[in-house]
Amino acid sequence: MKILVAVSKAPDTTSKVSFKDGDTKFNEDGVQWIINPYDEWYSLVRAVELKEADPQTVIHLVTVGDASNDAILRKALALGGDEAIRINADASDSYNTAAQIAEVAKQGNYDLIFTGKETIDYNAMAVGSMIAGLLDLPYVSAVAKFDLQGNDAIAIHEIEGGEETVQITLPAVISSTKGMAKQRIPNMRGIMAARSKPIKVVEPIASDNLTEIVQYELPPAKESVKLIDANNVEELVRILHEDVKVI
Amino acid sequence: MSVLIYIDHSEGNIKKSSLEALSYGAALAKKLNTTAEAILLGTVKEGLDIAGRYGITKVYHAADQAYNNYDAQVLTKALLPTANNAEVIVFAQSALGDAIAPRLAAVLNAGLVSGAVALPETENGFVVKKSVFSGKAFAKVKINSGKKVITLKANSFGVKEREPANAEIINISAASSESKIKTIKIEKIEGEIPLTEAEIVVSGGRGLKGPENWYLITDLAHSLHGAIACSRPVADDGWRPHHEHVGQTGVQIAPNLYIAIGISGAIQHLGGVNRSKTIVVINKDAEAPFFKAADYGIVGDAFEVVPKLIEAVKKLKSEN
Ligand SMILES: Cc1cc2nc3c(=O)[nH]c(=O)nc-3n(C[C@H](O)[C@H](O)[C@H](O)COP(=O)(O)OP(=O)(O)OC[C@H]3O[C@@H](n4cnc5c(N)ncnc54)[C@H](O)[C@@H]3O)c2cc1C
Repeated sequence: MKILVAVSKAPDTTSKVSFKDGDTKFNEDGVQWIINPYDEWYSLVRAVELKEADPQTVIHLVTVGDASNDAILRKALALGGDEAIRINADASDSYNTAAQIAEVAKQGNYDLIFTGKETIDYNAMAVGSMIAGLLDLPYVSAVAKFDLQGNDAIAIHEIEGGEETVQITLPAVISSTKGMAKQRIPNMRGIMAARSKPIKVVEPIASDNLTEIVQYELPPAKESVKLIDANNVEELVRILHEDVKVI
Repeated sequence: MSVLIYIDHSEGNIKKSSLEALSYGAALAKKLNTTAEAILLGTVKEGLDIAGRYGITKVYHAADQAYNNYDAQVLTKALLPTANNAEVIVFAQSALGDAIAPRLAAVLNAGLVSGAVALPETENGFVVKKSVFSGKAFAKVKINSGKKVITLKANSFGVKEREPANAEIINISAASSESKIKTIKIEKIEGEIPLTEAEIVVSGGRGLKGPENWYLITDLAHSLHGAIACSRPVADDGWRPHHEHVGQTGVQIAPNLYIAIGISGAIQHLGGVNRSKTIVVINKDAEAPFFKAADYGIVGDAFEVVPKLIEAVKKLKSEN
């Protein structure tokens, strides 16, 4: 089994979100970068579990970005990836990112390609689906449980108001969400081993940036809260019914 | 070149989020001086002419049961010939829409904006506002390609019925392709309203102490005909199922009313709920950060306040 896990760097969830250059750029000052939680906690850890069950399994990591991404690749290697590939391009547009990863995937002949459900910064939920489209592979999104069964995979994924269990013929692209695996912390042995694992840098293929962010906005500031006495819940109900008209 | 809206359905019913997408697509077509058309792959119980009410002139329908299955690969191929004739293709964000839209965009080499929260601005290029950083900010994204794909965030435009009108239905037979995904079973949570479609959401956090106290949340939700949600540790500890977990790493919602009970309001939680139109917070700690993001608040013990609140809601409902 050969698995490709796409990982992306993302600002730590407690980062202050602010912008610069006339609100056209994300202000990275003081931002701590982490591996996008969906990629790390779910995709990668599940891939490592599959490798633990079958040591023949090979896990490659791929990211699109400049050398500032090497730190998250090292951490992902420490968690259990065998080799990392960094495509030296700007990951600002989902299509371009997917096209780059699809190219690497095509050359590597993977049985499984894992992506996170989305990145917590741009929330596009797009890269996995696009890779699948570019490679004409089956795709299941928001997978919360994943197992192999012979040459197939069994996945449980989230749908509106419930979940669906599907059987997938491999190769396939899977986007992971909570439930797939339990978060792990790299151990000392993993960290030591990661130092000598390769990070291969490849140059991007020609591709288009079909979209660009032209402006950011912060949500309008909330007016301060109106407090209602705990002994007067009727007043809250009245406000919601008569003034706000939501109930 | 028209605006094409994808109609998503489940168990024979058109999803409410798709009615919103129809309304949005029709408004966009008007802005672009073109027609709004829709496509439905699969079978539904309702007559599709009702799409006319939302401003749609034509509905292409491939009534093949094979298209009722969740398989983005098959559905994208079936969609392609019709999508080729459209300038903008609109989807509602949903489990299926999120799987098809980017794929279609990639195959068409069309720029994608997912999670749009407003109609595109067309004065200076084609610019779509979407929510980013898990609800902590918005970005205006310019699509530079001729073809465009948009997925619409639920509850950001609203379902808008116009005058009664019937859409013309055009039966198509989309070529079916081999499916590599087989549905084994579907489990729906009976009687609960899907979180992303709910107009009212009642949510509980660790302040409720344990799963045995969840009747406070479900009773209040039921009295308001709302859906139920929870904070992340509540799902992590197995008190509630994962799909009820809202926040930056859970479901992101924008109901008209969000009532948070015993939730501290951590930044990761707020990210998923701060687009709610009205937020009510019930927390015994007056310093809980959630009060800063709330419209209305009650400082008090949930175990005392919520039963009273349920009574007051029931009283209101019985009087109206
Ligand atoms: C990478 C990352 C991602 C995360 N993603 C999410 C996410 O998507 N969603 C999410 O929710 N969290 C997320 N978290 C966790 C988040 O940081 C908080 O830990 C979590 O939201 C806290 O949940 P809580 O408010 O239920 O519990 P607590 O923080 O323990 O708060 C409980 C609250 O209940 C109140 N309370 C106690 N007793 C009562 C009572 N009797 N009556 C009334 N009030 C009472 C307390 O005053 C307190 O404010 C994430 C964290 C990380 C690091």
